[in-house]
Amino acid sequence: MLAKLTEKFPEGLPVREVIVAALVFVAVLLVFASQGSAYSVRMLVEASCYAIIALGLTIQWGYGGQFNAGVMGFVALGGFCAMLFSMPVNPAFWGTELASDLGRVFLWALVALAIVIGASQLHRLGVPKKLRTTLTIILALLSWLILKSMFAPVTSAIESQAGYIGGLGMPAWVGWLVGGLLAGMVGYFVGHVCLGLRSDYLAIATLGIAEIIKAILKNEDWLTRGTATVSPLPWPTPGPGELGFVMARSIYLVITAVMIVAIFYLLQKAYNAPWGRMIRSIRDNEISAQAMGKDINKRRLEVFVFGCVLIGIGGGALTTFNGIFSPDNYLPLNHTFLVLVMVILGGPGNNLGTILGALLVYIIWVMSEPLALFLMQGGADLMTNWLGWEAPDNLSSRALQARVFVIGLLIVLVLRYAPKGLMPEKIKHVT
Amino acid sequence: MNELVFFINNVVISGAVSGSIYAIGAIGVTLVFSIMRFAHFAHADMMTFGALMVFMFTALFPGAGAALGIPTPLLMLPIAMVITAFLAIGIDKTFYKPLREHGVKPIVIVIASLGVTLMLQGLIRLFAGTSSRSMYIEERKEIFRIDMPFDLATRPIVITEPQITLIIFTILAVIGLHLFLNRTRMGKAMRAMSDNPDLARVSGINTNKVVVVTWILAGSLAAMAGTFLSMDVSLTPDMSFFLLLPIFAAAIVGGVGHPYGAIAGGFLVGYAETLSVFNWSILLRRVHHWFPEWMEIPRDLALVGSEYKIVVPFFILVAVLVWRPTGIFKGKVI
Repeated sequence: MLAKLTEKFPEGLPVREVIVAALVFVAVLLVFASQGSAYSVRMLVEASCYAIIALGLTIQWGYGGQFNAGVMGFVALGGFCAMLFSMPVNPAFWGTELASDLGRVFLWALVALAIVIGASQLHRLGVPKKLRTTLTIILALLSWLILKSMFAPVTSAIESQAGYIGGLGMPAWVGWLVGGLLAGMVGYFVGHVCLGLRSDYLAIATLGIAEIIKAILKNEDWLTRGTATVSPLPWPTPGPGELGFVMARSIYLVITAVMIVAIFYLLQKAYNAPWGRMIRSIRDNEISAQAMGKDINKRRLEVFVFGCVLIGIGGGALTTFNGIFSPDNYLPLNHTFLVLVMVILGGPGNNLGTILGALLVYIIWVMSEPLALFLMQGGADLMTNWLGWEAPDNLSSRALQARVFVIGLLIVLVLRYAPKGLMPEKIKHVT
Repeated sequence: MNELVFFINNVVISGAVSGSIYAIGAIGVTLVFSIMRFAHFAHADMMTFGALMVFMFTALFPGAGAALGIPTPLLMLPIAMVITAFLAIGIDKTFYKPLREHGVKPIVIVIASLGVTLMLQGLIRLFAGTSSRSMYIEERKEIFRIDMPFDLATRPIVITEPQITLIIFTILAVIGLHLFLNRTRMGKAMRAMSDNPDLARVSGINTNKVVVVTWILAGSLAAMAGTFLSMDVSLTPDMSFFLLLPIFAAAIVGGVGHPYGAIAGGFLVGYAETLSVFNWSILLRRVHHWFPEWMEIPRDLALVGSEYKIVVPFFILVAVLVWRPTGIFKGKVI
């Protein structure tokens, strides 16, 4: 019996995997028992969306060794596309002259872009390079200012007459895919600039682009309604109004689970394929990989863009499930650092570990909210009874801040004591 | 001439103020980068921490400054600088040093510094809440109005007391740093270590001591920058994420590992920000009659709205990384 098992698993029994999976299972059962099934299914769907996002990050950090500090921005892009594509068509915008006005401004933008690009190629006609650069910069600034002043009346007209441009009335999954593509495009831009340089620069640039994406989504009211938020977002499945909460959420869970399984299968294939070996060789020894003739920067860019696409898709699914698009709800803590903890705790580079880590961390995260409140309340009561201190009135918001500290501590502790996570990456050695 | 006064108030002075804050912050980042070779993300939260310390001491002894004739926060600044320096050393000893000795990649220490950022942020918000407060508790912010001698300008140039002190302190800090790096043994040891750590170690430089001194400098400068920023505007516990990008942009523009470059970079980023949010149509309106009839000047001619201020340092960062990744002063670390 034992001999048969060892034959089947030549690298040793998957004890860790079984233990971690059992831990996740017990945690899910506990939540079901204590919070009821409607709540628990909601938590599971959110956790599965986070698992997709975490898989994106594990490709970037675990496979490629690139650190993305702006997951939030790519999640928000996915959420924005999910909103834009799935919301019903707004006749107040499309049925009036506003649409053609907006189209005209975009046409002018294309013309301006062509002029600026043309100016940047003037050196081919024999214009000195310095003159060309100055001319290009001046033209770019001028056309930017002109476009901006053309754009402003149109957008304010849209805001006052139609609210916002509305959606495209397509199924939500189209939005998820386009969101993934858009996130990939932004990732390509950032990666193209930073990936040839020190790895720290990528972290700084992604942190910046995430804040910029959030600022744009928050302030371009004609596109996203900004802080006024858009809700309810239609689901790709029958909503809770028709089937009840548990059933509707369960169907949604099936969709996200199928997505996870498909992504997992493809990732495992890629990991074990020559492509995966090449990526790992670049991560582990850049110089020798370069000596073997691999185009390091191109491969890195591939990995980074690929990870961003997955993050965008996961962000779209998460936002659609929440049913509300609110740019203010995208927080670095919830959408960057929580995902980071999922990946480094679960095991960077280990897809199964990342998925289990995502589930486990998300359950702990959700459950820690009432726990932190309870602890803070208890502590405050003790203080009032024993020492006669006044507890601050905004205790609940402060209790939530305690979780910021815990997430930070977790990151530092895992990096120091378990740098490979709960389930370390398994590297097959072919003999 | 009112337009010129407006320009001085909104661009020259406010650019100098934000430029000085970024410069002081970027010096710390660039020093840590050149000695320990990693981007220290927790720097902006050390700034907030220093400002919070000043705020707490000011709240404890609100009348202390009035006795000496200076604002209380300024009096409490040295104490906060010492505390923040100790905090920086403590963070390094507990979190970064074990990782460094473990021989991990620099990017892992970067992630650890993000973890430290979150811990500091959690602590700060746990004790200070999330609302912003004024650093002047029982005092008034002194505002100077300098009237122009010409009859043409009716509006005065406005500058506040913390802004003047900030600019003076920046100049003093730059001179002090220059003397320290060039004239003292420790400063020379630091420069040697940033050039080549291994060579510095074999030639008998105590590298542990250099690391400690670096953290003292970084911590106290961070406390200074954070305090002046809070005195100029207000103490906001979650300001750090908006500070990180301009500070890193300043450090990279100036060439990482190059303290003078960081100062230049800080002012470059500060002025670029204020120039891009400045509404140019105010200046153009005066010379409107030079333009042909058909051209009208739009009311809003700012390059970006003030809500997109954060785009400016990002653009500078991207431009530098594309065209000159070593920075304008050729930093040592790429």
